[in-house]
Amino acid sequence: MDETITAGDVGAGCGVPVQTGPVPVEAPTPMDRRRFLSRTVVSLFGLAAAGAFAEVLGEEHSSAATLPKQPGTPAGPATPARHQWCMVIDLRVCNGCKECTAACQKAHYLHEDQTWIDVVSMRSADGEDYYMPRPCMMCEDPPCVPVCPVGANFRTAEGLTLVDQSRCVGTRICMNSCPYQARYFNWGDAVPAPRQPFPQEPTWPVPQVKGTVGKCVYCAAMLPSGKVPECVSNCPMGVIYLGDMVSDVAVNGLGQVVRLSEFLSQNNAVKFKESYGTHPRVFYVPGRGQNLDTDE
Amino acid sequence: MRANTEAMRAGPAPDLQPVGTDDDQLLTAAMRPIVKTPRWWWPSVWALSAIVVVGIVAWAVQLADGIGVAGYNDQAFWAVYEADLVAFIGVSYGGAVVSAILRLTNAAWRAPLTRIAEATALVTLPVGMLFIIPHLGSPQKVWELVWPPYWNLSSPILWDFFAVSTYLLATLVFFYLPLIPDLPPARRWLERQGTGARANACRRLYQVLGGGWRGTERQKKVLHLSIGLVAMMVIPLAVSVHSVLSFAFASSSRAGYLETILPVYFVVAALYSGVALVVLTVAAARRLFHLEAYIHPRHFVRLGFLLVAFGAAYLYLSFTEYLVDGYSGTTDNASWVRQILVGRYWVPFWFYVVVAGVLPLLVMAIKRTRTKTGVVAVSALVVVAMWVKRLVIVIPPATEPLLKSPATPVGNLAGTWGTYHFTWVPISITVAATAAIPLLLLVLFRFVPILPVTEMKELGSEPAQADVGVPAAALPAAPVSPEWGAAALLGRHAVSELGTLPGTVPGNPLSGPGPYQRNVDR
Ligand code: SF4
Repeated sequence: MDETITAGDVGAGCGVPVQTGPVPVEAPTPMDRRRFLSRTVVSLFGLAAAGAFAEVLGEEHSSAATLPKQPGTPAGPATPARHQWCMVIDLRVCNGCKECTAACQKAHYLHEDQTWIDVVSMRSADGEDYYMPRPCMMCEDPPCVPVCPVGANFRTAEGLTLVDQSRCVGTRICMNSCPYQARYFNWGDAVPAPRQPFPQEPTWPVPQVKGTVGKCVYCAAMLPSGKVPECVSNCPMGVIYLGDMVSDVAVNGLGQVVRLSEFLSQNNAVKFKESYGTHPRVFYVPGRGQNLDTDE
Repeated sequence: MRANTEAMRAGPAPDLQPVGTDDDQLLTAAMRPIVKTPRWWWPSVWALSAIVVVGIVAWAVQLADGIGVAGYNDQAFWAVYEADLVAFIGVSYGGAVVSAILRLTNAAWRAPLTRIAEATALVTLPVGMLFIIPHLGSPQKVWELVWPPYWNLSSPILWDFFAVSTYLLATLVFFYLPLIPDLPPARRWLERQGTGARANACRRLYQVLGGGWRGTERQKKVLHLSIGLVAMMVIPLAVSVHSVLSFAFASSSRAGYLETILPVYFVVAALYSGVALVVLTVAAARRLFHLEAYIHPRHFVRLGFLLVAFGAAYLYLSFTEYLVDGYSGTTDNASWVRQILVGRYWVPFWFYVVVAGVLPLLVMAIKRTRTKTGVVAVSALVVVAMWVKRLVIVIPPATEPLLKSPATPVGNLAGTWGTYHFTWVPISITVAATAAIPLLLLVLFRFVPILPVTEMKELGSEPAQADVGVPAAALPAAPVSPEWGAAALLGRHAVSELGTLPGTVPGNPLSGPGPYQRNVDR
């Protein structure tokens, strides 16, 4: 009973259907509740409540064919993005060495407790311990974006959720809304960083900014030059793959290249906490009977 | 006070009586705080100011070192400032209740209390709003919240900011409107009795703010209509403020925040703590400014009934919340409820249950404790316990580990519970904000009459001494002006004086002692 995620679900431009195998993939809701609610509120307070409401409904139904409109995302179906980034994490081979965390913290000049990619100790239903690296899930419907009062969070056309630290006022409401605890605050002075190859901007938030929130950015500034994120290249076990849903390819730090859709469906890949409606873009390959979808 | 109590014990309380005969006495009582500087005034102001300064220093330290010095960390990302924000904005609801609700329900006994209640709302709300500043990680960018191009209209925080600002404006108007007719007599009184720079300043201020008041029928009509309308607006505004505030918490996937009960829960908690604070300010003002002739022990008992009504509602909401979440048995909810009931948060939680949950009910149920002293004591405890309860609402869900493996429900392997550690910084800031409230009130009542003289005259005021020998029916019905209060709009006496309280019967309470008075005031 394979379920097919069509282009509309992963964003514009993803022509190749992604097979996700016989895993409990939640049927994509035509209108997810969060965006529905926020637009409802906005339209109710808006000028023409009734008309706008109807428009919102119509727009939401048709939005299946377009990239979800988010702040910072070019509106409309315009030109399809060249990439739709995702990650695959193979839980079968992770040995919990935390090299990924260390490499990430070194590259981004983070404090020790700012584990943008966190390696979490878990225990499966049959009592087996395993490790689970957790980067930002780069949710397709990121709950962290609509809650920010000043719009400091945004989602790029290539499917990356980023933080504009020059705008972030530090309300930390995004830390509240993220179901994956993927966000970390700069409670004090940031780790000083030498001159960087990239300017300090959302794609390369180095050094961090005191009093703002930071999180995994998939090393977004490195991606255009063909480099994979630090955690991917530094994992000695080849656990973490960077994937592109448009070209349907994923690659890990050992140089292993797989066909994304095939790899996912053959290995019964699952998403973490799917029930929250976030449509995360990190696929976990379980292999030991792990059930990552918590209660509810 | 003893005489009052004895008089009240002797028989049913007498009815309301017009005070108009001796207006100078009333006006003098209201103006006394303005012209006379009691011996305790300056020492109190200095002491309170010193506490506020310590809070400002603490905030400066936080500004320099980052909000981490306030004990925050990634697993306790919201804690004391958020609880303060909720608690301090919450206590401002007392003004809305005592003035707006009691006005709309035409409860005439409110008259001497309204000015103090409205002033309390007026000073607590800005103090509460100021907690936005220490709450922010980058307070230097707070201007972005008022800069429309940056607005993200789907954010609950932004709507909360809108709601609180509107509410502040309404509170200001609500304080000002009933003040207008008091200003010309107050100015004339100052001309007769006042000397000194501040008296002159006040006179000029009154001229500016209320100089145009002639007391014509038309003016009265417009004013009464406006007050009624604002009273009606203040209530939904107040409700909106705490509802939207709760949405900021509820837009989450965390057990304890993601609750449908949260908005109601917040609003009722605010009303509850608000009434408690009004009791405290009224008690303090009565003693410090010698208003015993106008504010009687039975006012406190009536406020006490309002207090337990909200307190019981809040206790009930808490009970249903923990019962349902605890029963649901999902990993998150179960561990969260367990942490509160018997885990790491049991002390503050049970402190709330005993002190603000059960105690007020007992105090009001037992005849011997149903007195002014009882109500004031219990209100002081309620204010503190409701702040503690806000900590119990805010901190446990924020410290909850979200990355737990489903197979190990409570003692999860991954993600342990985060811990919030109090440091001197948030404690100083919280204490400073607490001190700012009496400080601002002391200053405010050096400039405005502490009693709503005109309103009291129109509504009539209860005598301190009960006229025991006179049967209730023989007392003249008080000439209550229906215009004071939106009851004029709703139909006169549509709602009983005590219509909002439990165990009362509708009827015209002004024509004889109602069952409530028999119950309470004996
Ligand atoms: S994982 Fe968290 S931070 Fe990342 S996009 Fe989703 S909600 Fe936002």
